[in-house]
Amino acid sequence: MEIPVMVGAGLVVIGAGIGIGRIGGSAMEAIARQPEATGKIQTAMLIAAALIEGIGFAALFAVG
Amino acid sequence: MVKAIRFFFSVLLMMIYSSAFGSEPEYDTINHTQTESLDLKSSIKEQINHHLQDSHDFHLFSDETTGKHYGFPLPVILWDDGLHVFMSSEFHHGETVVQSDEKFYTLNHGKIYKTDAEGTVNYDAEHHHVINEKPLDFSITKNVFMIFFVGLLLFLMLRSTARSYKKRGDLPSGIGRFLEPIIVFVREDIAKPNIGAKHYKKYMSFLLTVFFFIWLVNLFGLTPIGVNITNNIAVTFALAVMTYLITTFTAKKDYWKHIFWMPGVPVPMKVVLAPIELLGTIIKPFSLMIRLYANITAGHIVIMSIIGMMFVFQNWIGSSLSFILALVLGILELLVAALQAYIFTMLSALYFGSAVEEHDHH
Amino acid sequence: MEKLLSEFSVGLFFWQSLLFIALVFLLRRFAWKPILNAVNQREEKIHEALELADKTKAEMKMLQAQNENLLKEARAERDSMIKDAKETASKMVGDAKNKAKEEADKVLTNAQLAIAAEKNAALTELKTQVASMALEIAEKIVRDELSAGDKQKKMASQLAEEISLN
Repeated sequence: MEIPVMVGAGLVVIGAGIGIGRIGGSAMEAIARQPEATGKIQTAMLIAAALIEGIGFAALFAVG
Repeated sequence: MVKAIRFFFSVLLMMIYSSAFGSEPEYDTINHTQTESLDLKSSIKEQINHHLQDSHDFHLFSDETTGKHYGFPLPVILWDDGLHVFMSSEFHHGETVVQSDEKFYTLNHGKIYKTDAEGTVNYDAEHHHVINEKPLDFSITKNVFMIFFVGLLLFLMLRSTARSYKKRGDLPSGIGRFLEPIIVFVREDIAKPNIGAKHYKKYMSFLLTVFFFIWLVNLFGLTPIGVNITNNIAVTFALAVMTYLITTFTAKKDYWKHIFWMPGVPVPMKVVLAPIELLGTIIKPFSLMIRLYANITAGHIVIMSIIGMMFVFQNWIGSSLSFILALVLGILELLVAALQAYIFTMLSALYFGSAVEEHDHH
Repeated sequence: MEKLLSEFSVGLFFWQSLLFIALVFLLRRFAWKPILNAVNQREEKIHEALELADKTKAEMKMLQAQNENLLKEARAERDSMIKDAKETASKMVGDAKNKAKEEADKVLTNAQLAIAAEKNAALTELKTQVASMALEIAEKIVRDELSAGDKQKKMASQLAEEISLN
């Protein structure tokens, strides 16, 4: 496999990681601020994380 | 509490054993020179690939010193201008060519190819891929066998739960005690909020089945039998297609209107948005398919690689560190098994919800 | 991507779809419907029971309020009864006292009257006796006097004078 493609995929994965990290962090803050809305926040967090994860996988499979 | 602890440890033991099977045959303490360790690495890689692949016989474990394989054969069903059915034991693990109705088949790296009487296999010059033609393979492979097994188990478990209500009035007994809260969870936390109280009922059967199926199948992937069904793209594809079809065929007028003629935006934008939205309907189930497949596959590769590292290091510190890491990852995989089932079900519910959503007309 | 496509097994897809659809319908018939029905029924039952409990609670509250009212009324009645009884009793005592006093007064006046009458009677008798004694004495004196002629004449004239003067 060509090295630039691998590096590109790696960059995408880093980006996706940062994105999911930010979502998780924000969700934690939101939960701390409004513990009664925990369920809703978790659902929204999982959906958003899942969508970003999809992009990460797309990159990985474009390489593989 | 005691029961819970016992269950926890038995699960742990199971995971440890399951991993041990993967790399056990290459374990050799007599001499470990440079070439030996390279051999070990490549054989671990091979083992991982083998573990991830489907196969035509149910292989439990091998005795490497005698070269014996323990397990049982499964039926091979081929469609090649007519039906060809025989047991996979006739291949003798790829060593012999099988003749069926004047056609010849051979087994090469877990896949069946058409061949001639001598069993000639032609390779692609560059990548060493087999370029022989493949028959349409409807065999009961290891994975198909496990799908049937899990389906049967699920059916028996849930039917006994359903029956226990009749027997004891309002409360379930036995395994129903464990399953009922999960069923209620799927209804209350997945179906109702995402689809809406008005329409959720007709999707419940699919959502519950998909949730329990994926979860159980993922858990079976972690057992010593180690048959991971969800790391086959065909399986996740089948599940995603189901979600796609249900979304498409139960969709209300509003759904199509929002795809082809998005209300509330100027006309040129409507024209631009239509193909994007249409593509979106396909990308959604596609991401479902990839997500499940990739999560389970990646989890297995990582765990097995770390288990393999135990045998590569061959010293107290490295091996025990790998062991602890593998243990922690194993527990994580238990979580992932349930989490992926949850996410698949929840996103399916979300898509169904968007299909039946009734917008206020602007 | 190519690896994924080459890995795709039509047979597995076929079996998975077949089994999964069969599983959805079988479970729908034999598991999900009965289970969800049972859960729904139980939830309804719990809901109903809770409602009933709320209703009963309200009823209990009402009953309690009623009881309290009854109790209050009874207490008021008792108080008034006690008050009446006390009044009657005190009135009776007062009446009795008055009557006794009157009686005593009457007895006293009667006694006084009797005493006065007796006293008068005694006085009269005393007077009569004194008069008769005086008369006797006077008779004796007169007899003595009249035994002497002069004196008799003098006296008769004197008496005649007195009478004529009157």
